[in-house]
Amino acid sequence: MTEKSITKEIIAKKFPSNEVMLDLKDLKKVYPTPKGDYVVLENLNLQIKKEEFVTIIGHSGCGKTTMLSMIAGLNPISGGNIAVLGKHIKGPGPDRGVIFQSPSLMPWMTSLQNVMLGVNQVFPHASKAQRTDVAKYYLQKVGLEDAFYKRASDLSQGMQQRVGIARAFAIKPKVLLLDEPFGMLDSLTRGELQDILIEIWNKEKITAVMITHDVDEAIFLADRVVMMTSGPKAKIGDILDIDFKRPRTRKSVLEHDDYYKYRKHLIDFLEH
Amino acid sequence: MKASLTLGKVSDFLGLGIFTTLKDLFTGKLEKEDFKNFLRKFIVPLASIFLFLGMWHLGAKSLYNIEAEFKIEKALQDQGQVAADALKACIASGDSSCQPNTLPSPAQVWESFQSLLRDHNIISADKAAFIEKTAALNEKRIAAGKDPIVYTGRPSFVDQIFRSLQTVFAGFFLALLIAVPLGVFIGLSPTLKSAFNWFIQIFKPVSPVVWYLLVFMIVKTVLIGSTEDSSFTISFISVGLCSMWATLVNTAMGVSTVDKDFINVAKVLKLGTFQKIFKVVLPSSLPLIFTGLKITLSVAWMVLIAIELLAQSPGLGLFVWEEFQNGANDSNAKIIVAMFAIGIIGFLLDRIMLSIQNWISFDKQDAI
Repeated sequence: MTEKSITKEIIAKKFPSNEVMLDLKDLKKVYPTPKGDYVVLENLNLQIKKEEFVTIIGHSGCGKTTMLSMIAGLNPISGGNIAVLGKHIKGPGPDRGVIFQSPSLMPWMTSLQNVMLGVNQVFPHASKAQRTDVAKYYLQKVGLEDAFYKRASDLSQGMQQRVGIARAFAIKPKVLLLDEPFGMLDSLTRGELQDILIEIWNKEKITAVMITHDVDEAIFLADRVVMMTSGPKAKIGDILDIDFKRPRTRKSVLEHDDYYKYRKHLIDFLEH
Repeated sequence: MKASLTLGKVSDFLGLGIFTTLKDLFTGKLEKEDFKNFLRKFIVPLASIFLFLGMWHLGAKSLYNIEAEFKIEKALQDQGQVAADALKACIASGDSSCQPNTLPSPAQVWESFQSLLRDHNIISADKAAFIEKTAALNEKRIAAGKDPIVYTGRPSFVDQIFRSLQTVFAGFFLALLIAVPLGVFIGLSPTLKSAFNWFIQIFKPVSPVVWYLLVFMIVKTVLIGSTEDSSFTISFISVGLCSMWATLVNTAMGVSTVDKDFINVAKVLKLGTFQKIFKVVLPSSLPLIFTGLKITLSVAWMVLIAIELLAQSPGLGLFVWEEFQNGANDSNAKIIVAMFAIGIIGFLLDRIMLSIQNWISFDKQDAI
């Protein structure tokens, strides 16, 4: 560990909420095509502070998912860089947990085994009982205390995504990346899962970046909503601070005077 | 209740609706609207079996007549009227010494089947008596450090079947041990894939006979000086090499087409190579691997007969060949019995593989 990052760690302990957790600098993504390069993202700069929840909104195909998978390390970077706590990322790793759009559980494993797969990897020195406790704790948190030993393939889509949430939190990542995790669910289940997500998040305060198409979801969950311009050469178009107090309830958010102001701001951006 | 439950299970296992429908008929569960279903699942297969037996019977009868007429005609030309009349009377009397040699009728095949079973009982009794007789002597021989005396009599038809099953399973496990690991490596590495592709493409279509000859060349030299009978070794290795290709190709395909989401999860969690293979790649390609194994087993059973025949290794193939060479009055009927035995056992092996696949596989709809 370099001297600089040690100092940063000390600063992080003293002023947790001002530390930059995730730093995207001049990020660029180019896909070569037979007709020449296709530039998806260009000059994308974004700093996300520790314990901040950021949602990203933008039109389909603008490169949101590309950006997120670059942060996850699953998609190579064409230009610029991404740093977590000042350290440039090299490929994927469990310090950046991902909740995918499809639950991506191993269907032949039980929900407990699915969570354990990550926990075993991150806490190799803990005893088996301790690891099982961690996995069970998070499964309980997402309301699956009765489904530890159910096979993932026997769970409903919504329940599978709950396991996905438990798996992501259980590995205690520095950054949580959510790629439209509720996009495939019906609106009732979506609401339930948003509540569960925000409840766990309030406890764990893991820096989160979430892609969504849903304006209400973006406002309800986020400290900041990042609006991306349409591609090609997408970049950040606008950023909206959401000043609701935490912990939030759906009711208090909906009844807040600023809610419709925020909503109008986002919809105006998306309609232009 | 218990009996009908087992019947239902047997019927499910065989993949035939007959037993379940039959059970429903007797327990009065069959509703009127099920009548069509009953017709289709029970009456139609039964009718087709009878139709098949009837056509077989008529065909065999006409072949028999052609052969008999030809024989009599020949006798008339070569030896004169008296010999022809004698032959005619002999054929009509059903005496086994002068029967025309042609396709046996269903009744003859059934008769041969029963005689093979009787033969099996006689040989088993003989064998048991021999073991009893030599038990005391063998104990002494073993105590003295000598090899025990073993029964060396002729194997019965049932013994031949078990011998064939041994060979086919030995070959199948050899194929499994070679093809699954190799398939995993090929599926994981594009480099290995291009290294092995020509090899697979060239050797896959090679005929069982040629495989047998190749294995024979190698094993003969490897086992040089050994007194062991190498025919079993040669035949099971040949069976394995002939049949492993389906598993190899399917495993490689299953491994290289694992759901990208699963691979991403493995990447994010930074699973090691070993864990990635055993926790993610193998389980997710299991359905395809099993499809390959199912094909492998049925191919193994199919080529087994030809290879046993060539290798002179005891089993159904050798049985068929010996009966064909034998040319006894009931040899043809015995060959047909062996044919049915081969077909029915092949079918049962296929169903066993399907049940294992259904039991192991996570994706219940995938298995066909």
